[in-house]
Amino acid sequence: MQKLTNRSKVVSDKNMTFLEKIYLPAILKGMAITLSHFFRKKTTISYPEQKRVFSKVYRGQHVLKRDELGRERCTSCGLCAVSCPAEAITMISAERKPGEEHLYREEKYASTYEINMLRCIFCGDCEEACPKEAIFLTDRIVASQYKREPFIYGKDILLEPLDPSKRIDISARQTESVLKFKENKRFAHNK
Amino acid sequence: MDWTLYIYKTIFLFIILLVTLLVAMYSTYGERKVAAFLQDRIGPNRAGPFGLLQPLADGVKMFMKEEIIPLSANRILFILGPSIAMTTALLTGVVIPWGGTLIIGGREFSMQIADLNIGILYVFAMVSIGVYGIMIGGWASNNKYALYGSIRAASQMISYELAMGLSIVALIITTGSLSLHDIVAQQHDVWNIVRQPLGFLIFIICAFAETNRAPFDLPECETELVGGYHTEYSSMKLGFYLFAEYINMFISAAVISTLYFGGYNMPFIDHLGLSQNAVTLLGTAFLFLKIFFWIFVFMWVRWTLPRFRYDQLMNLGWKGLIPLAIFNILATGVVFYFIELN
Repeated sequence: MQKLTNRSKVVSDKNMTFLEKIYLPAILKGMAITLSHFFRKKTTISYPEQKRVFSKVYRGQHVLKRDELGRERCTSCGLCAVSCPAEAITMISAERKPGEEHLYREEKYASTYEINMLRCIFCGDCEEACPKEAIFLTDRIVASQYKREPFIYGKDILLEPLDPSKRIDISARQTESVLKFKENKRFAHNK
Repeated sequence: MDWTLYIYKTIFLFIILLVTLLVAMYSTYGERKVAAFLQDRIGPNRAGPFGLLQPLADGVKMFMKEEIIPLSANRILFILGPSIAMTTALLTGVVIPWGGTLIIGGREFSMQIADLNIGILYVFAMVSIGVYGIMIGGWASNNKYALYGSIRAASQMISYELAMGLSIVALIITTGSLSLHDIVAQQHDVWNIVRQPLGFLIFIICAFAETNRAPFDLPECETELVGGYHTEYSSMKLGFYLFAEYINMFISAAVISTLYFGGYNMPFIDHLGLSQNAVTLLGTAFLFLKIFFWIFVFMWVRWTLPRFRYDQLMNLGWKGLIPLAIFNILATGVVFYFIELN
């Protein structure tokens, strides 16, 4: 019969030799192996001080982006909530009043926007569905909590700060293929 | 006997007690660090620099835990168990020669608390009584896992004490004395490991079994017996059991260094031309270096070898080590007979 791989070994149940029976050479060999690990580089990352470098496409906590003038991009269309497979997103829409043009880019905006981080599966479908480039997943970690309530993130956490120096950088995930996809006018939300 | 000697002995006794406790304390830290390093980890490093305050934190934790005495347990024996384990562990250090002689104010002071002429037998007696701590504790818990653990501990200790004693008999044939002081003094030129390699091998295997450490940690194996003899224990009573194990490890390392590795003897020290006190203190430092090495070996083996099965343990003890030890006695006897003939 032809073997599937060449990795299989022939096993034998021959009697052990004297050296094998007293086990000491094998024990010393084992101890040499563990000692070699003693001097090896440690794999631990001391978390709060050191942080593991995430993959470029890591999908962590969401951010609601503002545009260059600091206005909220979200127009509360609800496409993210519809696309969400975990049904984690809820929002309430409101109409922009005169004099609020510096706050909201569109005439309609989300007065509340909540993501339940316990439901969210971080698939990134909301980001893909968003026609206004308002919601993005970032490389930030969702902090752990003792209770369930704090996991429902509102606009106070999700919205990025107004201060231009404190804006959340989302460029890591905007790879070439993503940008190309966004330029493709074949897809409705890119028009 | 005059008062200065009494005062010196009392002070020295307290120093040894403190050093024993300190070493045992930092053995717990050392164990965790060694375990971590052998497994490519870092180990405790949060409490203090390099985690050096970790033993203190552990001690505080142990004291803060709730004291639980099970309703069905025998209260007196339940408390007696860890006390015996701790007391006997601490008693053994008395006969070990920690160094040569110090000269203070023109008088000689030996760095040994009691130079018993049956020093080795004393060590064995104390180790044997130590089993009672585990046995009583396990039985008094009224818990089947604890009982299993203590039965295992008792039978394991008895089995391996035989082989250990027999390996020591061969050593005594070569030294001709039971006093630890004499045994160390004789090793000034040649360490006993050269004279008794087989005896040393048997002794160290038995030492692992006597201290209940891996690969012979059957009395407390977590996978089969929950926690073994200390399943029902909590708070500082549990701490005493765990601590006694580390003290035993320290004492075992000291006994191994004393019997087979020349104790406080340091090679080439006579050629340095140092004063008597400097030689003594340097010798003590060297002894502690040996002890730390053997403690490291204890940990190293623990994180390398898997645990024995119970029948394998008994097989090794009764069918392997005891015949080997008897053979060792015979061989030593024959060799010494011919040496004396010539």
